[in-house]
Amino acid sequence: MPDAIRMTFNVDGDDFAAAGTASSEVKRALKQLGMPPELVKRAAICMYEGEINMVIHADGGVASVAIRPGSVEIELRDRGPGIPDLELAMQEGYSTASEQARNLGFGAGMGLPNMKRYADELKIDTKIGVGTTVTMVLRDRTR
Amino acid sequence: MTIRQLISRLSLDVLAEGASYDAPLRGCYIGDLLSRVISRSVQGGLWITIMNNLNVAAVAVLADIPCVLLAEGVEAPDELREKCAEEGVFLLGSGRSAYELAAAFAQSQS
Ligand SMILES: Nc1ncnc2c1ncn2[C@@H]1O[C@H](COP(=O)(O)OP(=O)(O)OP(=O)(O)O)[C@@H](O)[C@H]1O
Ligand SMILES: [Mg+2]
Repeated sequence: MPDAIRMTFNVDGDDFAAAGTASSEVKRALKQLGMPPELVKRAAICMYEGEINMVIHADGGVASVAIRPGSVEIELRDRGPGIPDLELAMQEGYSTASEQARNLGFGAGMGLPNMKRYADELKIDTKIGVGTTVTMVLRDRTR
Repeated sequence: MTIRQLISRLSLDVLAEGASYDAPLRGCYIGDLLSRVISRSVQGGLWITIMNNLNVAAVAVLADIPCVLLAEGVEAPDELREKCAEEGVFLLGSGRSAYELAAAFAQSQS
């Protein structure tokens, strides 16, 4: 198998309105590489939700993507506050989003549930006061 | 119904031109919470909302929504218009409520 194509993005923590840049770039790259549309769509959604979470909950972070034939791996690493109760955070509707984030349409408490639904694997390492790393693997379901 | 027909039947303002006026609209979703729109909206459908920041364009692209309709006379900032045009997403506007617009959309389907 050829080596993975890797992309890395510094995700800015203070530009709420323009968040989502990294995910659109990844979506474009996956399309150009001829990845299947259903995989492109799921990967773009997972990446967007993860990217937005880093922006609105963790003051930014680093997103890394590894693209291989038939699979995409996304890692989102931040040095934010961490998630105290992961089980609670995974529940639909649970959100600690700020007023500012809610005014922009975030805070439905659906980001993590969406990531779980659209990714084939989701792993979250989080430590209070240290940060959170979310890793997702998506595979071509048509193969 | 195509986007062209939607615009004329509901007398909508065109705030940004998307990819194709002849694209058929396959359904409709109303909502302002972006993560809900991502998971619940209809692919290829109309999205009626009162949200008007840049993330609206990003979500429309992610969810394969060709046409966003801003209800209740909500203004579209230039940056949102530009982003929608760039991404090939129609941005339409109306002074009517989301309910009235969805009802009119449903009625004029037939
Ligand atoms: N990277 C992160 N750092 C710290 N806390 C996080 C992070 N990601 C998620 N959380 C916590 O988990 C909660 C649930 O996240 P989720 O993405 O499901 O919802 P949300 O971001 O609040 O709203 P939505 O995604 O629907 O806009 C958040 O409100 C926040 O408390
Ligand atoms: Mg979220």
